Amino acid sequence: MTGLPSPDIDAFLKAIPYARFLGMSALREDGKLITKLHFDRSLIGNPLLPALHGGAIGGFLEMTAIAQLVLETGIALPPKPVSITVEYLRSGKPVDSYATAQITKQGRRVVNVSVEAWQDDRLKPIAAAHGHFLLRQADDSA
Amino acid sequence: MLNEPMTRRDQMRRRRRTAKLMAQYEKFSPEHLDALQAGLKYVPHAMAIGLKVLDIKPSRCRMSIPYDRNFIGNVENGVIHGGVITTLLDTTCGLAVQLAMEETTAIATLDLRIDYMKPATPGLGLIAHATCFKATRNIAFVRGTAYHMDEADPIAASVGTFMIGSNRIPPDKITELVKDVPENIALLSG
Repeated sequence: MTGLPSPDIDAFLKAIPYARFLGMSALREDGKLITKLHFDRSLIGNPLLPALHGGAIGGFLEMTAIAQLVLETGIALPPKPVSITVEYLRSGKPVDSYATAQITKQGRRVVNVSVEAWQDDRLKPIAAAHGHFLLRQADDSA
Repeated sequence: MLNEPMTRRDQMRRRRRTAKLMAQYEKFSPEHLDALQAGLKYVPHAMAIGLKVLDIKPSRCRMSIPYDRNFIGNVENGVIHGGVITTLLDTTCGLAVQLAMEETTAIATLDLRIDYMKPATPGLGLIAHATCFKATRNIAFVRGTAYHMDEADPIAASVGTFMIGSNRIPPDKITELVKDVPENIALLSG
């Protein structure tokens, strides 16, 4: 990356109330950031199956994209989401989930990120998301 | 013509229409709204974020969430995280699909796109309004908006597609499962 000190993503996640509320933590695998969503009963959206709430999965993916952006761009302010599209591929089982994000294109102001989440089998993703985020400069009040 | 006695067929037709109206009334009555709200306590994530059903109409509904410090995504200004808005919109859109169906079916979100128009104001709760504007045999199409007070001044907007009849549980197991849970929760599952 650009030689900027890589922020401690786990500490970054722990400092965000919503990431704490979901129960997220960060791991490294071959230098790649992987976020983890620790299973908790409070994440269940369908008690009959049971399955994780689609919204909780969406929030997890969005937070993962933000963490990747903070890590890779070294921006001082967290990016602002512009739009995000979540594709639900399989129902989320009541176990831990993992996600990883990739910056597809970085422009001067807008970045395009794609994220994928899986549970016990990496080859069987439960959800994928694509999003646009606005990078903010330190002097940008908006 | 007018005084001609009703044929059997006419009577049947009238009876069917009345039955349909009754079913409609029951589905959108204040009693059912209360039952839906009560059913939410069986959906853990809905409870965790404090979801409420505000009103139900054919193919559309409104739900709300309060402001909660746990939802904060930006510690500097207290603005809530987009993920909470996703959860609110996903659930509201799902209920709108159920309200467009003649009977409760298992549905699953295929995709959901959220556009964030402006940050939510710290301290204020959010309302989401969703409309299922088309339901085919397999797929339902939904639009939704999230706002504080004025729907014309949205915080976020969404478009989504849902799969209808996404049932992965055998019917006999459903009967067994819903024995001690109100059947309403199928309408509220997200």
